[in-house]
Amino acid sequence: MSVAETKTEKLDGWNRPPVIEPDGEGELLEVAMGPHHPSTHGVFRMDVALDGERVIRLKPVFGYLHRNHEKIAEGTTYLASMPYTDRLDYFCSLSNNWAYALAVEKLVGQEVPERAEYIRVILAELTRVQNHASTIGFLLQEMGASGTPLMYAFREREKILDLFESLTGSRMMCNYMRFGGCRVDISEPWLAATRKVVAGLPAFVDEFEALLSSNEILMARCQGVGVLKPDLAVNAGISGPMLRASGVNYDIRKIDHYGVYDRFKFRVPLGDHGDIYDRYMVRVLEMRESIGILNQALKEIPSGPIMDPKAKIRNFRPKAGEAYGRIEAPKGELGFYLISDGGPNPYRYRVRPPSLINLTVLEDMCLGQNVADVVLIFGSVDIVLGEVDR
Amino acid sequence: MLGEGIVKGMLETAKNFAGSFVSEERLTTVEYPEQRIPTAENARVFPFLVYDGPEWEAGLRCVACQICEKECPPKCIYIEKSKDKKPDFVGKMQIYPAKFDIDISVCMSCQICVEVCPFEAIKMDTQFELATDDRFGGLLLDREQLAKSNEYYHTIHPTEASEVDARLAQEKAAAEAKAKAAAEAAAAKAAAGEAAKAAPKTDAPKSDSSAAGSN
Repeated sequence: MSVAETKTEKLDGWNRPPVIEPDGEGELLEVAMGPHHPSTHGVFRMDVALDGERVIRLKPVFGYLHRNHEKIAEGTTYLASMPYTDRLDYFCSLSNNWAYALAVEKLVGQEVPERAEYIRVILAELTRVQNHASTIGFLLQEMGASGTPLMYAFREREKILDLFESLTGSRMMCNYMRFGGCRVDISEPWLAATRKVVAGLPAFVDEFEALLSSNEILMARCQGVGVLKPDLAVNAGISGPMLRASGVNYDIRKIDHYGVYDRFKFRVPLGDHGDIYDRYMVRVLEMRESIGILNQALKEIPSGPIMDPKAKIRNFRPKAGEAYGRIEAPKGELGFYLISDGGPNPYRYRVRPPSLINLTVLEDMCLGQNVADVVLIFGSVDIVLGEVDR
Repeated sequence: MLGEGIVKGMLETAKNFAGSFVSEERLTTVEYPEQRIPTAENARVFPFLVYDGPEWEAGLRCVACQICEKECPPKCIYIEKSKDKKPDFVGKMQIYPAKFDIDISVCMSCQICVEVCPFEAIKMDTQFELATDDRFGGLLLDREQLAKSNEYYHTIHPTEASEVDARLAQEKAAAEAKAKAAAEAAAAKAAAGEAAKAAPKTDAPKSDSSAAGSN
């Protein structure tokens, strides 16, 4: 076998989407789903070519919400980009804050006090719980369960957002983390309120599961639909619950041990089939693991400072160099790549958004499926357009 | 059995439906304009300028250092420095903002101006009902509209305001102590100067005498 042949053989598996041949009866129908379609989570367009109900081609079109985030960040100071990161994935602003703070801390070699690390873990896991709950709500909304699961998820999310508001001042645009720590310290009443909310979360997940997991309609619509093969998932750079639903054991909390995650006991739920139902189930199980982490973190949280005393807020000029900081955000690997030339603003600022990269396999998952399932498959990817378009 | 999952789910919704009649906690919404949930103490909406004392213009803490203008991420603050000076809370003469505008249609409530302000002059308000029919003028707040008293600050963020007051009082005490020390030092210096002035007189004859002695 020649070298060229092995290459094509390797590429055959994943580089090209499978070609679906139309059955020859009638004409192809081209449909533009979006950009103002209720299922598109914002402004996103899918140009779909249909043969009857079957999807022959699918082209994702994005960029409607482009806000020039990276270029703006190259023109402002390091601190001034922090509130803009809230607006990337506006469901998980605290995770975004953390990823950016981590990248800058790597750039300047800054230490973070232990208490601040615990606060970050608590907030990131609360974010994960509320993100997964609302993602499942949206998925069900797209399946036609108009409202009920979503409202149950939002009821719980509201409690978590109230905690965020009483700590950071804002429900969604938290702007809380700083290079070398956090902005304000948590108080005893806040901890007590958090313990109360966390104590109520397992009951919520149980209720959610009783409502959904064994529902025949959900199973019929989700099982075996939108299958993502593990090799394709790995090669396309998919991360987060989508990758784990395909059965690939990859969780940055376990691999990088960033923050203080190596101190907590938690498992990484894995799927088996890589279909929509596995993605749903992985999210439910991840919520349970997050609650476990929250309980441990709330029990062990030490006292002490929340900010490195050497950290600077103003006149922040890192030495020339580059750094890539990444975390396991609820949607996948969220990374910030920074190059500093010693000035007050980054020379290069790049976001590795999990939503955008998870979206690249949308066509592969949708080909040959029914058009009604495209909406579901798209919903199971869990994207936020603020992060896709930036 | 087919349909078992659906029945189980319906039971769950029935429980929730009945639950809101039984338990007050399960009611998650309020009828907004009549009923209000109190805002969190840390809540932040848009910035305002704090002033001490009864007169807003005389009591503004802002000294027009323009740090917030420089650090503001969306650049929604516009400041013009004054030509003359007025005393600040310690009595030091400082310039003040002749013009201080915030365009709240641009402001994104990030609180960075509050964090970088070294004079505790700008704080976050909790007032959120700011709808106006004037898109441009109505959302561009000048310093008179932005000025709120320290008492108001105490009503919306009591803990934070007391901390700020304590810090300012400490600063003032330190400044007064410094001024007192400086005054004492000046007095001592003056006294020393007097002494020094007096000293040559006493010294001079000595040197004279020594000179005389040598001669």
